[in-house]
Amino acid sequence: MIQLFMRDIGLAVRSGGGFGLALIFFLIVVVLIPFALGPDQSALALVAPGVLWLGALLACLLSLDRIFGLDYEDGSLDLLASSPLPLESVYIAKAAAHWLTTGLPLALAAPLLGVLLNLSFDAGMALCFSLLLGTPALSLIGAFGATLTLGIKRGGLLLSLLVLPLYVPTLIFGAQAVRSASLGQPFDVPLVLILAISLGAVAILPFASGAALRINLR
Amino acid sequence: MLQVSNLSVARGGISLLHDVSFSVQPGQALVLRGANGIGKTSLLRCIAGLQQPISGTISGSETVAYAAHADGLKGQLSVLENLKFWSEVYGGPAPKSALAAYDLQELAQRSAANLSAGQKRRLGLARMLVTGCGLWVMDEPTVSLDAQNVALFRIVLQAHLQSGGAAVLTTHIDLDLSGENLDLTGYIATAQRSSSTFEEALE
Repeated sequence: MIQLFMRDIGLAVRSGGGFGLALIFFLIVVVLIPFALGPDQSALALVAPGVLWLGALLACLLSLDRIFGLDYEDGSLDLLASSPLPLESVYIAKAAAHWLTTGLPLALAAPLLGVLLNLSFDAGMALCFSLLLGTPALSLIGAFGATLTLGIKRGGLLLSLLVLPLYVPTLIFGAQAVRSASLGQPFDVPLVLILAISLGAVAILPFASGAALRINLR
Repeated sequence: MLQVSNLSVARGGISLLHDVSFSVQPGQALVLRGANGIGKTSLLRCIAGLQQPISGTISGSETVAYAAHADGLKGQLSVLENLKFWSEVYGGPAPKSALAAYDLQELAQRSAANLSAGQKRRLGLARMLVTGCGLWVMDEPTVSLDAQNVALFRIVLQAHLQSGGAAVLTTHIDLDLSGENLDLTGYIATAQRSSSTFEEALE
């Protein structure tokens, strides 16, 4: 399982792996927002929590279909499925690699990008924490969606349609945490709820994904 | 080593093979034969655990090393890294002897994307050695190999059998193995008749 995790990180970082794609997408979206909304600083600060969370969420979507799609195409998913490694741990290793190469960089870069939207330092910290706790849920739910759409030609769009509604709770609590922090209110409750979503996903989704993989590989 | 009894196999809802039974002992290679589309690959996928049979049992196989039509190589990784990954997943032997067995030492540092079709296939076959599994399940292992490399494959397979391993494979060329052949033509499922009764009902 650790070997698969390390291999996927290695593949993501090497040429053509798509590492940094999500980060650059996030950067571009956040830079475009002030151009679209105008230079009013108070208006920017008002929309910043929602925009930053939405940008991170959409950036996460970009590389979801690669999680299993590439391995399915070149046949290595078949070989992994026939190896002693359970498909549940294949799923965990791949979702963890996706988080480390997508979610973690997004969470660390988000406070810096928040400056562009006139986000206060406290709210920037809340954004970083909420993304650190929430992006694992995004990767886990997204990887689960990827197992469901496995084998469908150009299933990327279907995957987005399937996964976005499931991202709604994480988005609500994530943006709420940042909004509370920007108003100087406590934001521990939304953070705990995001953590609950991530922990719930890690407890349930490996089994659902293992079953989906087994059906789709048949 | 492998015991298959009364196995019925389907692919995409269409019954292919019915009531197949055979057993493979250590040191034995079983070559499955039959026309295209008869269900050889589906049968092998059942043995590898990728697919559930309709009925019947497969027993005796602990972990199986499976080689499919696709080699499952990562183009960005080198030949050595590809083998090392599978060796670690299976907890098998180090890749060094597998590289030597298929004459891949000089290509060890080359990325798998830059290999020819035959070299990729040799790497895919070398993967079987690093799994350390007793039972090899191979789907058309000799495709895109030239005569010299088919001979190399034969030597590796014979050595595997002599060390107590076993293999189930499909191939269209004569490998001249000590194993036996199983012609699947006699096991074709007769489920297609259900469609003919449907046509009769239409008439």
